[in-house]
Amino acid sequence: MALYSEKVMEHFLNPKNVGIIENADGVGEVGNARCGDIMKMYLKIEDDTIKDVKFETFGCASAIASSSMATEMIKGKPVSEAMTLTNKAVAEALDGLPAHKMHCSVLAEEAIKKALEDYDNKKENKK
Amino acid sequence: MKVYADNAATTKMSKAAIEAMTDCLDNCYGNPSGFYSLAQRAKERVESARREIAEVINAEPREIIFTSGGSEADNQAILTAANIGKSKGKMHIITSAFEHHAVLHTIKKLEKSGFSVTYLPVHENGIVSPEELEQAITEQTCFVSIMSANNEIGTIQPISEIGAICKKHGVIFHTDAVQAVGHLNIDVKSQNIDMLSASAHKFHGPKGVGFLYVRKGIRVSTLIEGGAQEKGKRAGTENVAGIVSMAAALKESVKNMEKDNAHMREIRDYLIKGLSEIEHSALNGDAKCRLAGNLNFSFEGIEGESILILLDQKGICASSGSACTSGALDPSHVLLAIGRVHDVAHGSLRLTVGEDITKEQADYIIDNVKNIVAHLRSFSPVWRDLKEGKRQYILP
Repeated sequence: MALYSEKVMEHFLNPKNVGIIENADGVGEVGNARCGDIMKMYLKIEDDTIKDVKFETFGCASAIASSSMATEMIKGKPVSEAMTLTNKAVAEALDGLPAHKMHCSVLAEEAIKKALEDYDNKKENKK
Repeated sequence: MKVYADNAATTKMSKAAIEAMTDCLDNCYGNPSGFYSLAQRAKERVESARREIAEVINAEPREIIFTSGGSEADNQAILTAANIGKSKGKMHIITSAFEHHAVLHTIKKLEKSGFSVTYLPVHENGIVSPEELEQAITEQTCFVSIMSANNEIGTIQPISEIGAICKKHGVIFHTDAVQAVGHLNIDVKSQNIDMLSASAHKFHGPKGVGFLYVRKGIRVSTLIEGGAQEKGKRAGTENVAGIVSMAAALKESVKNMEKDNAHMREIRDYLIKGLSEIEHSALNGDAKCRLAGNLNFSFEGIEGESILILLDQKGICASSGSACTSGALDPSHVLLAIGRVHDVAHGSLRLTVGEDITKEQADYIIDNVKNIVAHLRSFSPVWRDLKEGKRQYILP
């Protein structure tokens, strides 16, 4: 299918890191069902490193592929590095997204940032 | 297995249509406006196609104008009716909320230029109420445009009743019959239809050709200026092979209509029964008063484009009313018009089967749709919230 790159299709057909993490250290949900996209990211963080990440997504093929790719890109990385992940980097890693689907990569970036914020807040509360 | 289930988008050309077209391209390439016999043969073929098409809808040959397709026919019909209205100082239009965009966008343009428009509701079953239509007619109403059958949910509109009401009130009645011609019986005289649009590729003819029927006595406005083709109503050298092929396709479709519809209806109902087993799903539009090959479902908790791409992986061609499939922000205006909220309109699937659909293919569709819906729900945060009671189900 010419609509999407092979990379997008690969991540849509066999998404990585699908699921949830019980008692996650950080959870972030963005989007809304009205617009047709919701992404939810779960993070397991140890020693300021992302030990595990899972996602659940309601949305189109590019939303699912963006979630899958974004989780792969931050898995095992320090929190500081995950914070710098951009939607552009996600889209590039997928060998590009159609122009009207770029917002899917934006959602992936935002979901990760939100999960990391949640992690920060939880850490603050523990202090 | 391969299943083509997007016949409302377009159909495969019939053998008869292909043969008529290639024969025409080979042997009849003359310009119908020419004076030698090669040209006159082309002219004769066009006129014979006009007679055949007119006969199918019980019109007169001179009431048929060949166009580039359904959209052009819709545009020309609406412009024609609006110009007549304007000349009489009548500036009110009645249409429905779920017309094809070829109608809606043309009417929106008129609305911006000073016409007032009533968009009739289509209710949960996707059918216009003739009573509400009659109540909406005023002294100012110049025309009514209601489609014969909806392209997304297949619901068949009460065209005869609407025609009778329009006649009673002296209002021009146009129907976009793109989904109906070749699939439903049409009689422009007994149904009191003043103008009707059709497109060849919806009934196994070629793309890029269609026709507009305009009752004699209605002064036609032109969209395309130029030569005197189509009695000055539509300039441009005739698409001879397309027109001839369209007539062959229509004759064939009409010949087999009863038999094909009975078969498709049986498979459609079997599919509806099978897909209804999926929890929290719903059929969109009336279950019975719909085109024989059309079914349209919404599934809660998932998005339509994902369903389509996974179905394509299994060799099944279908379509969806989700925003993602149209590149728009909102899901299908048709699904919103029948009261589906955005959340479930995004999760819609349209299957429009053809005459050649088999029971085995229907089983294959049901199995795959069930698996795909379960797969997508398995990692949908919306579905999880619904399951855990954090969100209310919209579909029972």
